[in-house]
Amino acid sequence: MSGKEPVGVIGIGQTKHVSARRDVSLAGLVREAALRALEDAELGWADIDAVVIGKAPDFFEGVMMPELYLADALGAAGKPMLRVHTAGSVGGSTALVAANLVAARVHRTVLTLAFEKQSESNAMWGLSLPVPFQQPLLAGAGGFFAPYVRAYLHRTSAPGHIGALVAYKDRRNALKNPYAHLHEEDITLEKVRSSPMLWDPIRYSETCPSSDGACAMVLTDRAGAARAPRPPAWVHGGAMRSEPTLFAGKDAVSPRAGSDCAADVYRQAGITEPRREIDAVEMYVPFSWYEPMWLENLGFAKEGEGWKMTESGATELDGDLPVNPSGGVLSTNPIGASGMIRFAEAALQVRGAAGAHQVPGARRALGHAYGGGSQFFAMWLVAAEPPVS
Amino acid sequence: MNAAPAQKVLSAPLVVEFPFTRSLGPVQSAFLTGLRERTVLGVMASDGRVLVPPTEYDPVTAEEIRDLVEVGSTGTVTTWSWNAAPRRGQPLRRPFAWVLVRLDGADTALLHALDAPEGPASVRTGMRVGIRWSEQRSGAITDIACFEPVGTSAPTHRAEPHTGAFADPVTGIVAEARLDYTYTPGRAQTRYLDALAGHRTLGERCPRCRKVYVPPRGACPTCGVPTGEQVEVGPRGTVTTFCVVNIKAKGLDIEVPYVYAHIALDGAGLALHGRIAGIPYDQVRMGLRVEPVWTEGGRHPDHYRPTGEPDADYETYKELL
Repeated sequence: MSGKEPVGVIGIGQTKHVSARRDVSLAGLVREAALRALEDAELGWADIDAVVIGKAPDFFEGVMMPELYLADALGAAGKPMLRVHTAGSVGGSTALVAANLVAARVHRTVLTLAFEKQSESNAMWGLSLPVPFQQPLLAGAGGFFAPYVRAYLHRTSAPGHIGALVAYKDRRNALKNPYAHLHEEDITLEKVRSSPMLWDPIRYSETCPSSDGACAMVLTDRAGAARAPRPPAWVHGGAMRSEPTLFAGKDAVSPRAGSDCAADVYRQAGITEPRREIDAVEMYVPFSWYEPMWLENLGFAKEGEGWKMTESGATELDGDLPVNPSGGVLSTNPIGASGMIRFAEAALQVRGAAGAHQVPGARRALGHAYGGGSQFFAMWLVAAEPPVS
Repeated sequence: MNAAPAQKVLSAPLVVEFPFTRSLGPVQSAFLTGLRERTVLGVMASDGRVLVPPTEYDPVTAEEIRDLVEVGSTGTVTTWSWNAAPRRGQPLRRPFAWVLVRLDGADTALLHALDAPEGPASVRTGMRVGIRWSEQRSGAITDIACFEPVGTSAPTHRAEPHTGAFADPVTGIVAEARLDYTYTPGRAQTRYLDALAGHRTLGERCPRCRKVYVPPRGACPTCGVPTGEQVEVGPRGTVTTFCVVNIKAKGLDIEVPYVYAHIALDGAGLALHGRIAGIPYDQVRMGLRVEPVWTEGGRHPDHYRPTGEPDADYETYKELL
């Protein structure tokens, strides 16, 4: 036996993401996604060898180490259960830890899951504790990222309406995704453009919602994939990178950890021209301007030209590189789950199982997540065909 | 090696508290509503055991379990630990025992407090105890004020099926969480804060990459080496980028709109964050030259205002965004 075991995604489950799921406990929420993933894979709890779970910081819901009490709900009794924690990118890195367990032949079939119940938490508070002696941060999450958006605008001379185009596109895509949180049937470009300016240059409609939701996937080896009832998505590359939040020389507009991470994934997958070879991208865009910023960071556009790609319509559902056909983070944001939803939606695309937001003929898709102050990155590339080994 | 000069390192209490909400789901809802009605409910597991407190999913098979049963309000201590110095928020103010109590009819034990005024010598595994209900009950575990000794009665209660249905069920609770820390910013930050008290900004230079860190962290995050050399930077600086904040931040007494900016002090290797005032918010721009404005007793500059100098050229600060 040599090389890595090929890893297939054979089950995907999500909850219908909403602003508040008051009808279920945390356990009930994760259970729902897990059961849907098992159902998709036509497997039972006994078929799962290990559980890998992720969520945002414990402060968000105030349950310390929630994975301990969620073991019953996730059928983890008598099995290894791991928690992964990398801030907003955690859903992506959780999936990668699970994939690596299969690739390394530690386990054959792994259930991976990520969640957030934002209605029972306070992310704003959890992220801005009043640390003594420090100057308080003068703005919330949007205020933290808005200066970098301004820096991008300055650097690229992008026209001011690009952000609204992204939000308008993602909200329309969300209408085709039954699991998306925001279903703004009456969305218009004009509504996005005239929404209140919160942290100039970021408008209200260009920010993500606050959601309750969970996402789960079943990952398995070659033999498991051969038994699967539906086509698997095959993992062709996966990588994580991190860098400090703030350091002298950090490029927060296009962080090196992000571009290095993408380069590693493309190398593993044998991709040399991402724009041409990748059919769909699910990227972590919590504020609309991050679409053109990440298009450059991930190598889909030359430096300074990401906005032109967005403006051209290339990232629309019917464009040549659809970005966030699911509606993205701009339409659904259960923080800890948001990265895994990107990974899962990429897998749905190459399985041909994305329903109304399917990109016709998608064979290769990239799932991307980032977190913290643009300091954690996680990505995977999935394809319809198994890797050649 | 030279002994480091003695330095008083700052420290201060940091209290983290928040009222978290919890949606209970069907099983916890029945359990806590039952407590309000002085009824203790458990759930029947797949193997026939009665779990108290009840869980939503079977701990062995992971099946959903929903068959609720009522158990007794007396039980047996299965193990215990003496708490000689109760803390804030604990069930009793005087010393008490933490106990695991297997209620009559249950197969698992519930954690709670035992009021044992005669001290730890009066507590033993196997002792019989009963629930002392709170006068005011709201559907929370604190509806059980504590347990108390009940003599030597033998267990008689058997678990009886219960629908779990009550009028006006409790569907959510608020869990007040509080953590008490003592926070110290460390030696490098203390040096920085001491200098700030004299309105001087002291950064630290990395011996390897030569970048000046403001505020200093004591080490360079890129090179991973200590940053011993202190360098005064500023007081003037350049706005490298910014946003206009139009929504009021909780707990901040600043009128909106205001400008939140990244400011690279002259000589610093990265920008710090601050508020710009003394200029209409819509006239703030990247490259604007600013200086700190202090208020009486402020640990940090209150804000930064324009110096009137010509704007800095983008090339001079493009790596300080």
